[in-house]
Amino acid sequence: MRRLRIFLWALVAVVGGLFALFAYQLGQPKDEFVESAMIGEPLPAFDLRPAVGDRPGLANTDLADGRARLVNIFASWCIPCRVEAPQLEALRQSGAEIVGIAIRDRPEDVAGFLQIYGNPFTAIGADDISAVQLSLGSSGVPETFVIDGRGVIRYQHIGDIRPEHVQTILYELREAELTERGA
Amino acid sequence: MIAELGLVALWLAAALAGLQFLAGFGALWTKMQGLADLARPAALVQALLCALAFVCLLLVFARTDLSVALVAANSHSAKPLIFKLAGAWGNHEGSMLLWVTVMALAGGLIAAVERRLLERTMLATLGAQAFVGLGFYAFLLFSSNPFERLSPAPLEGNGLNPLLQDMGLAFHPPTLYFGYVGLSVAFSFVVGALLTRQVTPEFARVMRPWILGAWVFLTLGITAGSYWAYYELGWGGWWFWDPVENASLMPWLAATALLHSASVLAARDALRAWTVLLGVIAFSMSMIGTFLVRSGILTSVHAFAVDPERGSFILALLTLYIGGALVLFVVRAGTVAEGERFSVMSREGALVVNNVALSAILCVVLLGTLYPLLTEAFGVRVSVGPPYFNPVSAMFFLPMLPILAVGPLLRWRRDSFARVRASVIALVLLALTVLLGVWLWAGVAILPLLGMAVAAMVAVGSVLPLRGRSLRKLPLAVWGMVVAHLGVAVALFGMAADSAFQQERLIAANVGDVVEVGPWAATLEGVVPVAGPNWQAIEASLTLRYQGGDGTLTHPQARAFWQPPQETSEVALVTRWNGQLYAALGNQTEDGRWQLRLWWKPFVTWIWYGGMMIALGGLLALLGRLSVDVRRRLAAGKIARRKADEQVLAA
Repeated sequence: MRRLRIFLWALVAVVGGLFALFAYQLGQPKDEFVESAMIGEPLPAFDLRPAVGDRPGLANTDLADGRARLVNIFASWCIPCRVEAPQLEALRQSGAEIVGIAIRDRPEDVAGFLQIYGNPFTAIGADDISAVQLSLGSSGVPETFVIDGRGVIRYQHIGDIRPEHVQTILYELREAELTERGA
Repeated sequence: MIAELGLVALWLAAALAGLQFLAGFGALWTKMQGLADLARPAALVQALLCALAFVCLLLVFARTDLSVALVAANSHSAKPLIFKLAGAWGNHEGSMLLWVTVMALAGGLIAAVERRLLERTMLATLGAQAFVGLGFYAFLLFSSNPFERLSPAPLEGNGLNPLLQDMGLAFHPPTLYFGYVGLSVAFSFVVGALLTRQVTPEFARVMRPWILGAWVFLTLGITAGSYWAYYELGWGGWWFWDPVENASLMPWLAATALLHSASVLAARDALRAWTVLLGVIAFSMSMIGTFLVRSGILTSVHAFAVDPERGSFILALLTLYIGGALVLFVVRAGTVAEGERFSVMSREGALVVNNVALSAILCVVLLGTLYPLLTEAFGVRVSVGPPYFNPVSAMFFLPMLPILAVGPLLRWRRDSFARVRASVIALVLLALTVLLGVWLWAGVAILPLLGMAVAAMVAVGSVLPLRGRSLRKLPLAVWGMVVAHLGVAVALFGMAADSAFQQERLIAANVGDVVEVGPWAATLEGVVPVAGPNWQAIEASLTLRYQGGDGTLTHPQARAFWQPPQETSEVALVTRWNGQLYAALGNQTEDGRWQLRLWWKPFVTWIWYGGMMIALGGLLALLGRLSVDVRRRLAAGKIARRKADEQVLAA
């Protein structure tokens, strides 16, 4: 009986701790778009396996080789990602190097998606539990980041890239390249 | 006027809840008969007032009275009437009013009919029910008033989230709410029994119909929600381990465990403390689920209005009720004397295994749902998905099911393995045969393979209790058990077959093209724009042929709602007994082709047939228990009358 008592009080303590956690989290500012916090920060460390057979995977060290790039977060199950495909292609043709991170996806789905909508990516990492996505400060698909040559996040675009956004993103990409060279 | 009437009714109902609380507990401590006589009428009148308030809310929504803030925010004059009505509970304030109404109706019903328990226990139960109710009245009236006016009234409303403009979803939230709130009744009974130290088999029998009813509604709600997500979200999946889905699954797991342990308590007077603890946990899970959903503390595909103030309010209620009940339980645990003993090899033993496994799954789901919250407190953002939930829950689920197949064959209290040896060996051989057969024939992955083997075992095991018994004389409750267990096998087979054998094509097709997926051939006949009352869409005509048979013409749509602007996918489904073809229309590609996504999902519908069978089993058991109760009550009345007659004759 004594042991049962102790167990039960422990249960009460766990529940109390849980409520304390709830209370703490409720008090925290809850903004789903905390993107600006990561701007100017270096990429967190990650190393993702390839999402499809014909492109390499993606690690944060690949993105610190002196060249500015776009990181596009997408998924085959995401409808707006289909809508932004032509704009990604336009960016690629304008000289942007784009790498992708596929969120919660299966290789065959990603391959099918790229077959239909084109493959603007030079590398695609698979992020199966959104860990990298969240660590980048991204909360949805699609999102696109400008990363400079030292692997620092310079700009974040949330949502699909519409035709009118292409110039802005190209501008941010050039800025990232120029400051890199100036520095 | 109608809105004001509703608000007045709601305040009066809250006042009556206060009276019921004072009368219930006051009478318990002072033993004043005058106070005790007030508790039941207070509960009854409160139920009527709450129902009136809810009818008022339905009326303002039906008339699209835009001077009511809630209507303006959630409705639109162009919406079909049924969705206007569904809009009444398709939002935070309205759904909380529905919650309180269902709770008051349940309280009124116990007050009206329940006479089996000691009157002291009933008073404590009614008092506890009112105490829980008061918190929710306060929440509703102080932070979520559904009848608040808006001045000046806007000319047009905001519309309802288009994803929710769907028949299935119109009735999905109320179904779940009936379940959640039914568990609140079980909670009140538990508190009443603890306070008056009356944890008896009779208490379990009184509580059982409420658990069964709540459980039936939860099962139906989860099944309907899963089917809705499957055909409305257009992803082809049927369970996403989303926090909101988990919020409905956790009370179901707890209620399933409670249902089985209450049966043990009712039949054998064992597992007393455990049943009481589960009663507390089941309703706690309903409230934690509501808190997680309504506070916006977790990110989810279900986008509800987020409001930290409301979150704090519900958290305060959680702490008060769950914390209070747990502390009461700990303090009284010593006085809940140990129940009857039983050997491991018995019906009770099997049910304990079931309880432990269900509780373990509950912990797994709870941990996975809350883990992001925990790591976030330390500055790490993660999201937990199927790669965690699927294997870890299966780890407890799959071993539990063979016990489910064998358990009902065992006798209460003590049994010998020798008596059931033949059945067990047959079941194990069956499972191994299916395992080997499917593996050799199709070579599917390990989890679906195990799923199919266990499903076969459970299917046969669940009908074995019928062997050698007269089917006509079998009590309804036993039929309920058989049907529900069979439903588990059917649903499990559907899940396993879908994940093992589904085939998928994602292609861009010109009009006239034929696409093959599995045994199906789909012909794209044409694509035209169409318009509805509050949306426009592009609609494909798609002829689907199964193994070259007759074609079925279907019309998948990509729909765009204009108020509020949102795109949804209306998929085309062709259902056969052995599965479903699922076709979704996507965008047009640059060269003018249409993007089509086709799935052939063998036996996927069995998941929901199984879910419905489980609910039907619960319903049969409920009817069985209730009819026995009614018959007993009639018989008791007859005996009492006969005794009275005899006394009159003797005098």
